[in-house]
Amino acid sequence: MTPIQVLFILTSLSLLVSAFMVVTTRNLVRAALWLISSLFMVAVVFVLLDAGFLAVVQVVVYIGAIAILFIFAVMLTRKVMQDTGPQSNSQWWVAGLFSLLLFGGLSWIILGWGGAAQTVPRVTAGDLDNISDLGRALVDPAGYVVPFEVASVLLLAALIGAIVVAWDRN
Amino acid sequence: MLDNWLFVGLMIGVAIVFPVGPIVLAHLIGPRRPNRIKSETYECGIETVGETWVQFKVQYYIYALVFLIFDIEAVFLFPWAVAFDQLALYAVLEGILFIIILFGGLVYAWNRGILEWA
Amino acid sequence: MGILDPISLIADWLEGLFMGWGWPAGLVNLVMTFLGVFLVANFGMLYVIFLIWLERKLAARMQDRIGPNRVGPYGLFQTIADILKLFTKEDTTPDGADKVIFNLAPILAVVSVLMIWAVVPFAEGWIGTDLNVGVLYIVAVGSFGIVATLIAGWSSNNKFALLGAFRTVAQLVSYEVPMVLSLLVPVLLARNMGLGSIVEAQSSWYSIFFFMAPIAALIFFISSIAEVGRTPFDLLEAESEIVAGFHIEYSGAKFAMIFAAEFLHAFTISVLTITLFFGGWQGWGDQFPLVGWAWFMTKAMLAYFTVAWVRTTLPRIRIDHMLDYNWKFLTPLALAVLVVTALLDRLIIDGFGTDNTPWRPAILFAANLLIGWVTVVLLRRRAAQRPPRQVVGAPRPVARPPQPEAEPEAAGD
Repeated sequence: MTPIQVLFILTSLSLLVSAFMVVTTRNLVRAALWLISSLFMVAVVFVLLDAGFLAVVQVVVYIGAIAILFIFAVMLTRKVMQDTGPQSNSQWWVAGLFSLLLFGGLSWIILGWGGAAQTVPRVTAGDLDNISDLGRALVDPAGYVVPFEVASVLLLAALIGAIVVAWDRN
Repeated sequence: MLDNWLFVGLMIGVAIVFPVGPIVLAHLIGPRRPNRIKSETYECGIETVGETWVQFKVQYYIYALVFLIFDIEAVFLFPWAVAFDQLALYAVLEGILFIIILFGGLVYAWNRGILEWA
Repeated sequence: MGILDPISLIADWLEGLFMGWGWPAGLVNLVMTFLGVFLVANFGMLYVIFLIWLERKLAARMQDRIGPNRVGPYGLFQTIADILKLFTKEDTTPDGADKVIFNLAPILAVVSVLMIWAVVPFAEGWIGTDLNVGVLYIVAVGSFGIVATLIAGWSSNNKFALLGAFRTVAQLVSYEVPMVLSLLVPVLLARNMGLGSIVEAQSSWYSIFFFMAPIAALIFFISSIAEVGRTPFDLLEAESEIVAGFHIEYSGAKFAMIFAAEFLHAFTISVLTITLFFGGWQGWGDQFPLVGWAWFMTKAMLAYFTVAWVRTTLPRIRIDHMLDYNWKFLTPLALAVLVVTALLDRLIIDGFGTDNTPWRPAILFAANLLIGWVTVVLLRRRAAQRPPRQVVGAPRPVARPPQPEAEPEAAGD
C-alpha cells in the first residue's frame, strides 16, 4: 500500500467522521466547526489528486467565506449555546429507509461503473501549465467564455438578491 | 508536485506542535488554585448581567456576503491573470468585462446604502 | 563559493550521511523535508522574540522615552522574561466556556500565521516549497486566522469578547477584498502565482513591481496592516474602548500565543510586501544565497520599521470610518488599478513585442500616477461638497495657572 493510499484512506475516514459529526452534534457552532474540518479534508483530497489550485480555492472560498457565513447565520439565532430537544422526530424510520435506498442506488451505480478500480493518471510534466490552461480556457471563445461571463452576472444577481432580502430598512 | 505539498503537510504538523507545547507546558507548571471569582466572566469588574448574547447586527452578515461575492470573483480572475501571456487583447477585455460587471454590483450596493455601518 | 550557500552544503552532507546509513530514498526525502520544516518554523517563532523587543524599543524612541533597558544589555532579554512570566500564570477557563474550542483558538491562530512561512522565498533556492499556487495559498491560510478569531470570541462566554469577535471578523473580512484584488496585480505582472517566480520576475532594479504598480503595493500594505489588526486599525483591541476585544478571557500561555501570532503576522506581511513588490531577495550579488538572504532581511526589516512607524504615529480610526475607507475607497481603487494594469500591460507587450523593455515600468508608473491624481481630484471634489464644519461653542479662554498672591511672609524671610 503506497503512502498516498494510506493518506487517502486516513483523509477519507476523517472526512466521513467530520461529516457525521456535523449532523449529529447538538451544539450548532460545534457543527459549523466540524463542517470546517470536513471541508478541509476535501481540500486535502484535492491535493492528493494533484489539483493544488482547487485545494486552495476550496479553502479560500468554502472555509474563508462560506463557513464564516454559516457561523454568522448560526449566531443570528439566539439559542446557540445549548441545543436541547430531540434530534429526530417520529418519522425517522421513513428517512432512514429513503437514505438506505439512496445509498444502495449510488453504490450500485458506482460499482457498476468500473472506473473506480483504475488508478488516476498522474499529472507529471507541465503541472505549472494547468492554471494557465485553465485561464486560457476561461476566456477562449471556443471554450468557456460564455459561462465565465454568465458567472459574473450570476454573482451580481446573488449580490443584489441578498441585499434585497437582507436589507429591510430602505 | 506532490512533494511540494508534503512540505505543507509536515508544516501543518509542526505548526500545531509549536503552540500546543507551550500551552501544555504552562498548564503543567502553572499554579492551580481554582476559585469561584477567578473563573467568572469579565464584565468591567461587575457581576454579569443577562445572558451572554449580543444583538447580532445584520450588518455583519452583509459585509461577509459582499466579501464572499468579491472573493469568488477574485478566484475566477487568478487563472486569467496567470494565463495573461497567452491571451490576446479581446481575452483581456473579456476579463475586464467580468470585473466591470461586479464593479457595477459594488456601485449598486454603495448607492443603496448597504455598506454603511450605522 | 560553497560557504555562501550553507543550507545546500549542510543539506547535501546530511543526505549523503543518511544514504550512507542505508536508508531508502523515500525516508531520506521525508527526513530532509521535516528538517526544512523545522528550520523554517523555528526561524519564525524565535525571530518573534527579537521583533517584540524591537517594536517596544522603536515605539519608545518614537515617543521620546527609552523602553526596556533593564533586563540584559539594552533590554534584549525583556521578551524572554515576559514569556517566562506568561508561562507561569494559571491556566483559567471562564465559566460556561466551551473548553475544547477555547483552547483550539490560539493554536489555530498560530498555525495560520506559521503556515505562510512555508512559501516565503528567503534567497535563491532557499524556499520552503515553491508552490505554484503560492499567492492563493497565503490567502487560504489567512482565512484560518479569521476562523480562529471568531471562535476565540464566541467560546469565551463573554459579551465583550463576542462583540469584539464580530467586529474583528467584519474588519478582517472587509479588508481581505482589496488585499486579494491587489494580490492579483503582481500575479498579472509575473504571470505566475508562485512566490519564487514572482521574485525572479523582478530581476532588474527598474522592474521591481513597486515601480509598475505603486498603488497596488500601497493598497496591499494598508489592507495587510488592517488584516493584522494594528493601529490605525486596532479598534478591536483598544483597551479603553472595548476592553481588549475578543481575547479578554485569555491569559497566560494562550494569550502569549495569540500575542506572538499577531507580531509574527505583522512581520509576515512586511516580508510579503517586499517579496511581491520590492524584489524579495534580489539585489547586488544575489547569486550567492547568503547575500540574497541579507538583502531579504534588510528589506524586510525596513518594511517592518515602516509598519511600527505607522503604528506609533497614526491615531486609531473609528469602525465606521474604517469600513467606509475599505469599501468606498480601497476596493474601487484596487479594481481600477487592476483593470488599467491589465489593459496597459497587454498593449505594451503587443506594441513592444517583449516584456523586458524599460518602457513597461515607465508607462505603468505613469498610469498609476494618473490614477492617483484622478483619485485625489475626485476626493477633493467630494470633500468640497460636504458642508464646512460648524464651530459649535463660543471660544473660551485657555486655562491658566492661578496667579501667585503677594506673600508678605516670603518677602520677609
